[in-house]
Amino acid sequence: MFPRSTHSRGRAVGIAAVALTVALTAAGCANGGGGGPSGTGGGDDSGSDANLSIAFLPKNLGNPYFETSNAGGERAIEEFGGEYQEVGPTEASPDAQVSFINTLTQQQVGGIVISANDPNAVCDALNEARELDIKVVTFDSDTDSECRDLFINQADAEGIAKVQVDLITEQIGDSGQIAILSASANATNQNAWIELMQEELEANHPDVELVEVAYGDDDDQKSFDQTAALLQTYPELKGIISPTTVGIAAAARYLSTSEFKGKVALTGLGTPNQMREYVEDGTVTSFALWNPEDLGYLAAYAAKALIEGEISGEEGESFEAGDLGEYEVGANATVLLGDPFVFDAENIGEFDF
Amino acid sequence: MTAATPARGRTYADYARPAWQRFLFTRSNAVIALLLIVVLVASAGVRNFGTPITVTFLLLDVAPILMIALPMTLIIVTGEIDLSVASIVGLSSVLLGTLYQAGVPFEVAGVVALAAGAAGGALNGFLVTAVGLPSLAVTIGTLALYRGLAVGLLGTTAVTDFPDFWADLLTDRIPGTPLPGVTIVVVVLAVAFAVLLHFTPFGRGIYAIGLSSEAASFSGVHVNRTKFILFLLSGLVSAFAGIYYTLRFGSARGDNATGMELSVIAAVLLGGVSIFGGRGALHGVLAGVLLIGALASALRLASVTAEVINIITGVLLVLSVLSTSFLTWLRSRRRRGGGTKKGALSATTG
Repeated sequence: MFPRSTHSRGRAVGIAAVALTVALTAAGCANGGGGGPSGTGGGDDSGSDANLSIAFLPKNLGNPYFETSNAGGERAIEEFGGEYQEVGPTEASPDAQVSFINTLTQQQVGGIVISANDPNAVCDALNEARELDIKVVTFDSDTDSECRDLFINQADAEGIAKVQVDLITEQIGDSGQIAILSASANATNQNAWIELMQEELEANHPDVELVEVAYGDDDDQKSFDQTAALLQTYPELKGIISPTTVGIAAAARYLSTSEFKGKVALTGLGTPNQMREYVEDGTVTSFALWNPEDLGYLAAYAAKALIEGEISGEEGESFEAGDLGEYEVGANATVLLGDPFVFDAENIGEFDF
Repeated sequence: MTAATPARGRTYADYARPAWQRFLFTRSNAVIALLLIVVLVASAGVRNFGTPITVTFLLLDVAPILMIALPMTLIIVTGEIDLSVASIVGLSSVLLGTLYQAGVPFEVAGVVALAAGAAGGALNGFLVTAVGLPSLAVTIGTLALYRGLAVGLLGTTAVTDFPDFWADLLTDRIPGTPLPGVTIVVVVLAVAFAVLLHFTPFGRGIYAIGLSSEAASFSGVHVNRTKFILFLLSGLVSAFAGIYYTLRFGSARGDNATGMELSVIAAVLLGGVSIFGGRGALHGVLAGVLLIGALASALRLASVTAEVINIITGVLLVLSVLSTSFLTWLRSRRRRGGGTKKGALSATTG
């Protein structure tokens, strides 16, 4: 008889203990969330009817690029008195964002600003949100255009090509030989930019000669070797453009330890964290990319304009984006952030991505 | 030696309790109770949780895990494991996508994907039963193999644009309910597997194998045939989950469902199935899957970050395994009237 009673009591105690743990955990989190931005449900934000609760959904959390862009978004949302929250998966897998979109749909946020891991996998979930009048803005990586209200494009090909030509010609005094260190020979983006750069050089910089386009395949070591080869093959070379973040960092690393440091100019597309030491030691004067903080800032204002009904995504509409000024909606419900941002010794300290 | 320890099977003490206690106080019911508590607490305390749309999203999310957990439970009850399920999901998704893109009718592509999944499962079964390799090693190998095939076939591209008819059938709500269409498939599969495991001689054979493969064999259970069938079913169901996955996200990619095998196994263990085989019931597993899903959903709604959700789910899983071992230890201790160190050890390690 002894085992009977202790047995069931022991088990019941165990069940109760586990149940209590979970109940406490769930209750604790529920309390934590109640005061947070999740619980708005829309309605009475600062006098107007618009639900300015806007959620940023990056590809993954803990990514410095998105931390910078989302900080811009948060600043914008604070300026116009909305509510900011950031949610996202820990890994940038194609389907991981869906459950977060669903959660935001349930929370009835006013707008979702997302950089999509997969242009299609998030489509149904986003459209479900839009059916409930949640506005969807994509930035950095677009979805299928049927699944969002607006795409904030960080840069267009013409702008990217022109800024790199402008930077190199300025640094070499608008005459002499230059070379390009690209990614792979069939990289779509880079090839489009290189073509536009060649047109720009022919049209406006007759004394600058593009002697070779080398390919580092977005591989650090290969890009490093290709840089060395370029400098040996063309002793008169005055500058290198590398329109890829891997290439420019490898080329800068080579230049910084070689006799060509400070004599051969280098520019292209890079990120501040990769390029910081080469800008500080004088290997690189300036390079370009877009400013992710401005990108997030603009995306937040675009979401606000959509929520307040100021714009609907039609071509030709315009809206105010705080410090950045006025923006116009272009074709295919796209807003262009503007010219690429130039990083140099003056401003590189302000960026961390 | 391990087969003889009391923790493996039902002990006489289990039967010393009255029938109503034996049916009420089970590990599976504890999980169901936990699920109810989480749902009740979340409905009361988490804004936007107690709505029909939560049910819709939850079921859409956990449907593939629910499906794959069914054959996985049977496999784990025999004392084996199948780690290749998520890779079969990916492979089936890619096959469906590639064939459909090449102009094969969707239905035919779907059947081919199912056949490929069954073949993948059969290969696992063959290596485990005919060759006699441990399933852990075999399916770690095929996990890499099937994933490699999937990624190799499609590279980093994705096939999109699948027929709306099938996607809508599985993901749209059944009229008048918050339940997505795939619920019907899950229910049919769950009933089929429950009948197979709990109400047929084949199912009793599965438990017998888990308790002692040799004893089962001597009592007339076809050990190898049973295991082979289970691995084949696992591949087949995983392939169907792959088709669902593809249609739900409208995207066939080689990396679809990466890591899902761990979600499935975690839910099965949480549901009270012993990793050593011989113990477990399907209703506990179904509750386990829903428990993890509902908890994650509630925590997301409460704006808890993804990392913290992972931590909480992990702690829950460890606690659930601990609670079983702890109870077993406690029981054996009391039965032995204070218990010796040796007795406690043999019970917990069993």
